[in-house]
Formats: sequence, C-alpha cells, structure tokens
Amino acid sequence: MHRQSISELAQSLRDKKFSSVELTQHYLDRIKRIDPQLNSYVTVTEEIALAQAKIADERLASGDSNPLCGIPIAHKDIFCTEGVRTSCGSKMLDNFVPPYNATVVENYLDAGAVMLGKVNMDEFAMGSSNETSYYGPVKNPWDTRCVPGGSSGGSAASVAAMLAAGATATDTGGSIRQPASHCGLTGIKPTYGRASRYGMIAFASSLDQAGVLTRSAKDAAIMMNSLISFDQKDSTSVDVAKEDYLQNLETSVEGITIGVPKEYFGDGLKIETAALVQEAIDQYEKMGAKIKEISLPHSSLAVPAYYVIAPAECSANLSRFDGVRYGYRCENPKDLEDLYKRSRGEAFGEEVKRRILVGTYALSAGYFDAYYNKAQQVRRLIKQDFDEAFKDVDVIMGPTCTSPAFKFDSKGSDPVAMYLEDIYTIATNLAGLPGLSIPCGLVDNKPVGLQIIGPAFAEGKLLNIAHQFQLATDFHTLTAPDLD
Amino acid sequence: MTWETVIGLEVHVQLATKSKLFSATSTAFGSEPNTQASAIDLAMPGTLPVANEEPFRYAIMFGLAIGAEIGKESVFERKNYFYPDLPKGYQTTQLAKPIVGAGEVEITLEDGSTKSIRIHHAHLEEDAGKSMHEDFHGMSGIDLNRAGTPLIEIVSEPDLRSAEEAVAFAKKLHSLVTSLGICDGEMSQGSMRFDVNISVHKPGTPFGTRTETKNLNSFKFMEEAIEMEVDRQIEELESGGVIDQETRLYDGDKRTAKTMRKKADENDYRYFPCPDLLPVVFDDAYVDAIKAAMPELPEARAARFKEEYQLSDYDADILSADAATSAYFEQLVKTSNDAKQSANWIMGELSAKLNAEEKSIKDSPVTAEQLGGVISRTQDGTISSKIAKQVFEALWDGKGTSADEIIESQGLKQVSDTGALEKMADEVIANSAKQVENYRNADPDKRPKMLGYFVGQIMKASKGQANPQAINKILIEKLNALL
Repeated sequence: MHRQSISELAQSLRDKKFSSVELTQHYLDRIKRIDPQLNSYVTVTEEIALAQAKIADERLASGDSNPLCGIPIAHKDIFCTEGVRTSCGSKMLDNFVPPYNATVVENYLDAGAVMLGKVNMDEFAMGSSNETSYYGPVKNPWDTRCVPGGSSGGSAASVAAMLAAGATATDTGGSIRQPASHCGLTGIKPTYGRASRYGMIAFASSLDQAGVLTRSAKDAAIMMNSLISFDQKDSTSVDVAKEDYLQNLETSVEGITIGVPKEYFGDGLKIETAALVQEAIDQYEKMGAKIKEISLPHSSLAVPAYYVIAPAECSANLSRFDGVRYGYRCENPKDLEDLYKRSRGEAFGEEVKRRILVGTYALSAGYFDAYYNKAQQVRRLIKQDFDEAFKDVDVIMGPTCTSPAFKFDSKGSDPVAMYLEDIYTIATNLAGLPGLSIPCGLVDNKPVGLQIIGPAFAEGKLLNIAHQFQLATDFHTLTAPDLD
Repeated sequence: MTWETVIGLEVHVQLATKSKLFSATSTAFGSEPNTQASAIDLAMPGTLPVANEEPFRYAIMFGLAIGAEIGKESVFERKNYFYPDLPKGYQTTQLAKPIVGAGEVEITLEDGSTKSIRIHHAHLEEDAGKSMHEDFHGMSGIDLNRAGTPLIEIVSEPDLRSAEEAVAFAKKLHSLVTSLGICDGEMSQGSMRFDVNISVHKPGTPFGTRTETKNLNSFKFMEEAIEMEVDRQIEELESGGVIDQETRLYDGDKRTAKTMRKKADENDYRYFPCPDLLPVVFDDAYVDAIKAAMPELPEARAARFKEEYQLSDYDADILSADAATSAYFEQLVKTSNDAKQSANWIMGELSAKLNAEEKSIKDSPVTAEQLGGVISRTQDGTISSKIAKQVFEALWDGKGTSADEIIESQGLKQVSDTGALEKMADEVIANSAKQVENYRNADPDKRPKMLGYFVGQIMKASKGQANPQAINKILIEKLNALL
C-alpha cells in the first residue's frame, strides 16, 4: 500500500480497502525495518500515530472529505510538536519538548493527517547534505553512499523510501528543492509569507519558508492545501485568499511562456544534468509552451548575498539558546560567562558555529554597511531581475542543482563547495518567490531535478505546470531501489 | 571661569498597556514571578512576536504632546546582547526609524523662568525581565513577568545645565505621560527610569567627555546623583585628571556611585532590522483620530483651573501637574463646592500625610468624596477647622467611612446652641473675676484682644466643639453688659 500516491490512499481508505490504523501500522513496520539503513527519522511517534489513525478512521466513517484524513506523514524536526521532542537536528534541543504546536502541524492535525514521527535534518537547517545533524547523516535511498541533500534530508529520504506518504519541510536557500532533486521527489517552497512560520524554529527569518516533499505534483497539491494558511501569530504571514491547489492541475500548458535564464546553464553545471533539464524544457515545448531565453543578470551575487543575510539573521535567532531557560546546559557552570560559553560551545555543531560567527562579524560596528547593507542592496537587485523577467514570461525553468547527489564527506572540508550546492535555488529565497523541483531523469542512476520558479503567489500555477509534465512523462514514478 | 554642567536624559517610560508589546500577556505589576510569561515572552523556539496596537497609540500620543513629527514608517530593530533576563538574546527596539521624531518640552524653573528642552526622538521598545540575586544561595533567580512590557525611551538633547533643570524636566515628563494616561507614573515600581548623561566644560569650549549614570528611579536620587557626579568630574579635571567615558551606577540608599563599565567594555549591539516584524506605517487619518481624542495636557489644565476655579498660578500649576492629583482635585471641588479650600487641603494636610507614608494620591486612604465631606462640614459650621483635621486623621486611619459618621460617633459636632454656650460663658465669667476686672478697666480698643482668654476657656470646656463665632458674640454681649 505504501506505493500508492496520497490521492490513491485517500480513495483506498474511503473504499475501506484498509483502515488508517492498518495503513499507519504498515508504515510504522516499514520504518522499523528500513530506516536503520537511512536514519531519516529522529523520533518515531508510534503511539501518537496509532491514536491519530484511530481518530482518522472515525472521521472517515462519518464521511470526512479531506484527502489527508488518515494519511501518514512525517514532520521535519524543525516544526514544534506539542509533547513531542523537537530537536531541530541539534544537541542544543535534544531535550526540548515544546508545549505548543507549530501552526503548520496544527493545520495537518485539523486535516486528520497522521504524524508518523519527526524527521532528520541538518542542524538548525544549516547544511545541504544532512551531514550536520547531531543525529547523524541521512542516507539517500537511491544510493546509500550518497547524501539525500539538505537541510530537509530526512523529509526527502523518508518520502523517497516510502516511509511516509509525504513530509513537511522548510526551505531557506534550497532546503526543499535540492533534496527533492537528489531524491527524485516533487518539492515546493511557497512564496515567502504563504505558510505560517509560527512554531517553526527560525534559521533566517526573512528567508525561511515551510513547504512539502511528495512523490508527485498532485500529492504536493493535496499537502499544500493544508499547509497554507494566513496566521495572525506570524506578522510576516500574508493574508491572500486561499486557493484549492487541486482545482487547476488539469489546465494545459499550451501557450504559456517559459523563461530559461542563461545564467543557470553556465560553468559548474554538469553536462548530463544540463542535458536532462534541456530535454524537460523541450518536452514542455512539445506540449505547446513557448520557450524564451532570459537573463537574470545578478544571479552570481545570490550566494554571496545569502551568506551574509542568512548568517546575520541566524546569529541573532540562535542567541536564545543560552542554557538559561530550556535546551542544553553545560555541567557545573562556574559563572554566567562560563554557562554561556560552554552551553553554546558544547551543544552547537561546527557549521552552526561558523554561521553564527560569520553573521556576528557581518553585523559588527564598522562592517555593517560593507556587508549587511550591501547584501540587502544585492537582494533588491535580484528581486528586480525576477520582476523584470516575469513581465515577459509566466515561469522560469532551469536546473535545481548542478549535479546529482554527491558522496558523504566529499564536501565536508570545504564550506564554499557546499554553499554552491544551492547556487540555483538561493535567489528564489532572496526574492521571496515560490519554487518547485520535479524529477526529470537519472544520471548514474541518481535523480536530477527540474526547477520551476514563479512570480509571487503562483504556487497553483507551478503545481499545474509540474502536474502536466508528470501526466506526459513518468520520471516521477521512478523509485529508489527497494531497501526492504 | 566657572564650570558649566551639560546634561542629557534618556527616560524609560513603561506604557500602561494591558498587554505586552509583542504578546497577549498581561503587564500587571506585582504578580508571582514568571506567572506572566508566555511562550513568546520566554522566547521559546519557533515563537514569533506580533505587535499590539495600543503601545503605538500611546507613543503617538506622547509624540503629539511634544509637537514631534510622527514617524510615518516605524521600524523595529534587534539590539543584540546576552543577559539572563533578556530571553531572546536581543532586545527589540527602534534605531533608524523611531516612532516619534524631534520635539520640545518646556520646563518651568523655581524662579518662574521657563526653558525649552529639545527631544531628539522617542522610540518604542520592550523591557527586559528582572534578575534577582538575593534568596538564591549564591545563584540568581530570573523573573520574566516584566519581559516584553512596552516602553518608550525618550532621548533629550544635551540642553540641561543643572540638576535643578534635569529634575524639572523629569517632573515635566512625568506630568505629561501621566496626564496622557500612557504611564501610571509609579516611580517606585520602575514605571519611569532615568539614565543621565553628564559632562562639564568651560563655556565657549567644546563639551567635555560624558559619563552615563543608569537606572535612577526617583527625582531625589537623580538630583543627588547629578550633583555628586558633577562634583566628581570637576574635582578630577581640576586636579589635572581626565574623565573616562563610562557607565556609572548610583546607590541612592548609600549615596555612593561607582563605575559599572568602561567604554572599551561596551557591547557592540549589532543592530539590524527585525525580520520577524514588518515596518509599521501610520496614515494621517490614524494620527488625526488620536489627536482628536487626546486628553487635556497639563498646561491647558492649569489654564482651565485658573479660569474655572479662580486658583492662583502657583496652586493651578501644582494641582494640574499630575493627572491623578488633578482628578482628585476636581472630584473634591465637586463634593466640597469650595475650590480654595480644596486646593489648600490637597497641598497641605493631604500631601503632607501622603509624603510621610510614601503613598501616591491614587492610593490615598481618604477619598476625594470623604475629604469633600470634611470641608462641607467645616463650611456649614458643624465642625471647626481644628476638629476638621481630627476628622481627616480618623478617616485616614479608617475609623469611619465618612466625615458625618466620624463626627457623629466621636461626638465632634460643634456646639452652636446659644443656650448651652450662654451657660458656659456665664460660668467662665463667674470664675474669672480678675480677668473680668481687667477687661472692664481696659481701653475699649484693647478689649477685643482680651476676649481671647475667655474664648479659650470656653473652647477648653467644650473640648473644642464650641462654635468660635457664636462664643465671640455671646461673650461680647455679656462682658459689655458688665461695663
């Protein structure tokens, strides 16, 4: 039953082919058997899952129409879950049990979805390979010698290995789309402000956005229908009318204009990846779309600007982890300074420390204008690039990553090489735009992703365009080798 | 050439809003530690601030009261530093785009002269919690009830030239914010706290290096701290030393001051705009609506008191300065129908008693209605002014709920009954042969003065309850009959 899509599972549950409790138990058994090879879950919430499944079965019996009712999903361990440890992949929060749910978690509870557990991630979402997690790296189900991508590596691996029907994730610079690309999934990062950030542990507040990872665009549309809500608890939440993302999936792509930025096909892009992405774009042309070469002239500035803004924000966001009120506290601090230094020094990993240091430096007196203000100017230029482009095109397409998933430890010693993993995804976050990645083929038996970027609030359009591709091709149906 | 003192103030005013700046938690003072601290106030992971409207409205009221430009775009920034009572590891405050721009406050000095003090700006920010270092056996306790309470920080230009001016300015701000109703003005609870920047120089030369004395919470401490610091700086400079830019602490109880930290040890606060809070923009209609609903300000109230109640400049200024005093006064006039007596009572007996017991007029055990009863009974002759003070004391001590009740239960009613008074007068005259003889032999224009003895005797006999006017009249009649 785990091979079924979310829409198929929803139908099966209503046809009483199996109950949500049976389905949930099936997933739990698979997690027990298979996940030791992948390490995608940090916490499996078996009791909660079965209890929620029981409630879902009652709701289904009384005619609940939400397609997520009774569907087992996983939450990235960045979303606070009431009564369930929420670690954010860090030793700092290894003991942290929130007394509240993130709004996103609350939304899925309302939908009747079943939480199987909390999935692994790079520490505080800082990383592109899931190697920075305190709980150890997650392995890519396609090739367990390779990384699943990050930071939502646990979300991606669990869905790709069919240890969850879908998963929530977050994307600050590519953390949904890059793992989607590396694990052969559909992953969408909505427009900034579309999904509530309340209860989602902050990395870089002006860039963080919740999204989903699924095995198809249609599943993503179902998950998105519950993810998106206007939330008064988040000042940056946008009060835009909610749309039904399933509604326009069937619209043809005929006549739409696809912009292809030349900057996304330059040096660094693996030739085989470029070929598959080009074939996917050709496929769209066959389906009636117009292709137009465009330019996003400031693309090369996105990574440097991001690595000033994101660390600057994180340096302040992570100050609350001080050993005083919750989280890790060092043994026998001799005074306040010792408490701070050792609690933070012992509980934060290398990458987190590196980014706090970079951010602190960038905000320091004398450097603020040269770094932070300059980066904000670049951010505006990048946004203008997109604004200009969307005057002529409906969506932008290009590669999600330069190459397929890489092997563990291959970039560990070189942070800059790791940062370039997000070279095509970061600009979208800086501009606050929605982006999506869908599988478009395999290189060396590892998936490659096509990235589709839209103007603000075009999530429905992106899902529609992705779904149309998936109707015409079967890349999304390719699955990782059976690890069972 | 003598030294000139240069002072600038940073004043933290706690806004009397129901909720905190960025959460729905109550701001009430005096609850058990950490009972008014929500997940947001504790900076739990993933929680987010959402600004409440009330603090903005209060800040704008202050801005309008000092004739300042209201920031059309108000931006919150993060001020980063670690401290155990600062849960987020940064304070959410304003820097580049504060809500209130430059304005002016006029102060009146003791000699009656006035001076205009420029306000650089005022910004909105959240308060920190409190660290408690006693009762924890070498450790510290943290109370986060205050964390997130809205403050406006009012920053003056260095326009003040003496402790007297600084205190007059501080009192004027107190008067303004309490009149606006945006602060309860309870200094002892930390509702207003002053940081004082002090330097000295010779007139005509550039300003000297300044020191900052932090967290003064009474006018008296502020005055003492300034005088002490000015003396220290002058002494230092005259003995050839230099002033270090530093932050100082004044201990009002011990009357000592010491260095808290040197400039070199100052934090680099690494301000940057808070990405969790969007810039807030006020349209003209919003500001106009606040302007239209502004309460009466002290100057306008003083003018009205002079006009409406025929008060002297002095009385009007004192009674209008603070909202609670003004309200008490007006309520008192309503029940007593005597503005002059009401003013005298408040500035005399009542404030003496309040000062002695360190109470604010809002917490006066004697209400305006009760005191009004005392004044009314004096006016209608039921009691003498001497007995009135006795009734007031009894009300203060809670020995009755009204002047009438106390007069009745303690039998303090003035005796105006002519028969009884005549009887008393006859007795006194009969027992005072010598004094009567002196009276008879005295020069007629000396006689009224000699009446005092007889009046005193009757008052004594009546335990103060005899009506003095009535006694006078009776005595003159009776003594003159003996001539």
